[in-house]
Amino acid sequence: MTLEEIGSMFFKSVFSENLALAFFLGMCTFLAVSKTVKNAFMLGIAVIVVQGVTVPVNNVIYRNFLREGALSWTGISYLNNVDLSFLGLISFIGTIAAMVQILELFLDRYLPALYNTLGIFLPLITVNCAILGGSLFMQERDYTLAESVTYGFSSGVGWALAICCLAGVREKLRYSDIPEGLRGLGITFITVGLMAMAFMAFGGIDI
Amino acid sequence: MAASKTTDVLFDPVFKSNPIALQVLGICSALAVTTQLDKALVMSLAVTVVVACSNAIIALIRNFIPNSIRIIVQMTVISSLVIVVDQILKAFVPSVADQLSVFVGLIITNCIVMGRAEGFAMKNGVFRSFLDGVGNGLGYSLILVAVGFFRELLGSGTLLGFTILPLATEGGFYVRNGLMLTPPSAFFLIGLFIWVLRSFRTDQAAKDPTRD
Repeated sequence: MTLEEIGSMFFKSVFSENLALAFFLGMCTFLAVSKTVKNAFMLGIAVIVVQGVTVPVNNVIYRNFLREGALSWTGISYLNNVDLSFLGLISFIGTIAAMVQILELFLDRYLPALYNTLGIFLPLITVNCAILGGSLFMQERDYTLAESVTYGFSSGVGWALAICCLAGVREKLRYSDIPEGLRGLGITFITVGLMAMAFMAFGGIDI
Repeated sequence: MAASKTTDVLFDPVFKSNPIALQVLGICSALAVTTQLDKALVMSLAVTVVVACSNAIIALIRNFIPNSIRIIVQMTVISSLVIVVDQILKAFVPSVADQLSVFVGLIITNCIVMGRAEGFAMKNGVFRSFLDGVGNGLGYSLILVAVGFFRELLGSGTLLGFTILPLATEGGFYVRNGLMLTPPSAFFLIGLFIWVLRSFRTDQAAKDPTRD
C-alpha cells in the first residue's frame, strides 16, 4: 500500500463512509452515551483501540483459516478446497469478545488509571455493531492485512468523531425549547440526520 | 410480567412498548436496509425468525445455563441461528441477500435479540418466550416496513418495484425526492415517527430513559 492509498482510505472511512452516519452502525451506544462530551470521547477512544485491533486480527483469521482454499498451507491435500467462510460470523464475534476481555485485563494490570475511566465502556463494545460491522466489511471487500489495519483504525476514528460531534450538539440542546413530543429521542434522531447530511457532503471528494 | 395474559405477551411489544420507538433497541443495523420495501420486508422476516427461535431455544435450556457464562451461551445460540438464516437467504433469494450484504450478519449484535434473550427468555417458559420473540419481531418490522414504505414511495415513486407515482422524467407528474434514498432521511423519518407516537401517547414520553 502506498502512502497515497492509505490517505485516501483514511479520508473515505472517516468522512464519506462513516460507520455511524452512513451505515447506521453502533447506533444503540451512539445514542445512549452521547449525552456528555467527556463520556463520548472516552467511548470513542475505546472504539478506536478495539476496532484497530480486531479488524486486523479477524483479517488474519479469515485469510489463513476460513477463506476458500485458505487451509492449503497445512499441506494436507484434502483440505485444499475447504471453504469455511460461513463460520466467519461466529469466529469474528468470538474474536471480538476475547479481544475486549484481553484488553480489559491488560488495562487493569498496566494502566489502572485508564481502566477506571474506560472500564465501564469496554463490555458495551462487544455488542457494538460498528465493531462487528467493520470486520464484516473487511471480509466482504476482501482487504489485505495492510488495508485492514488502515481501515480498522480510520473507521474507529470516524465513529469517535461522529459521537463527539453529536455529544457536543446535545450538550447545547439541553437549553433549547423543543416541542413536547420531540424532546429527548426525537430531536436526537433529527440532529443525527442533519449531521449525516453534513458528512455526506464529503462524498464526492477523492484524494 | 409473569402474571400478564398470553395475548399481551404477543401484542404489547407491537404497540405499547415498541422495541425501536420506545426502548430504542435494535436500530443499529436496521435503517440501512430500508431504501426499498422488499429489502425491509426480508430483513424484518429474518429478525423475527431469529428473535423468536433464539427466545424459544434459550427458554428451553434456561435451567441448565450456568449464570456466569450465560452471555456466551446466548451469543452462540444467536449466532448459529443467524448463520442458518444467512445461508438460507443466500440460497433462495441471492439478489436480496447481496443487497443486504453485512446487515444480515449484524443481526447478531442487534440489541433486541440479546435484550429479549436476557430479559425475557431467561425467566419464562418456552411458548411464552416464543410469542414474546414474535411480538418483538413484529414491533421491529412495523417500524422498518413503515420507514421502507415512505423511502421507496417518495424516493423512487415505486412500491415493491411497481410504479405508484409516475416520474416526471418518464412523462408522469412526480419529481422524485433524492434525499429519501440517502441515509439521513431514515433518521428524519424515525425522529418524526417518535414525535407522532409520543404526541398521541404522552404517558410514554415521560418514561423515556434517554430523556435529558
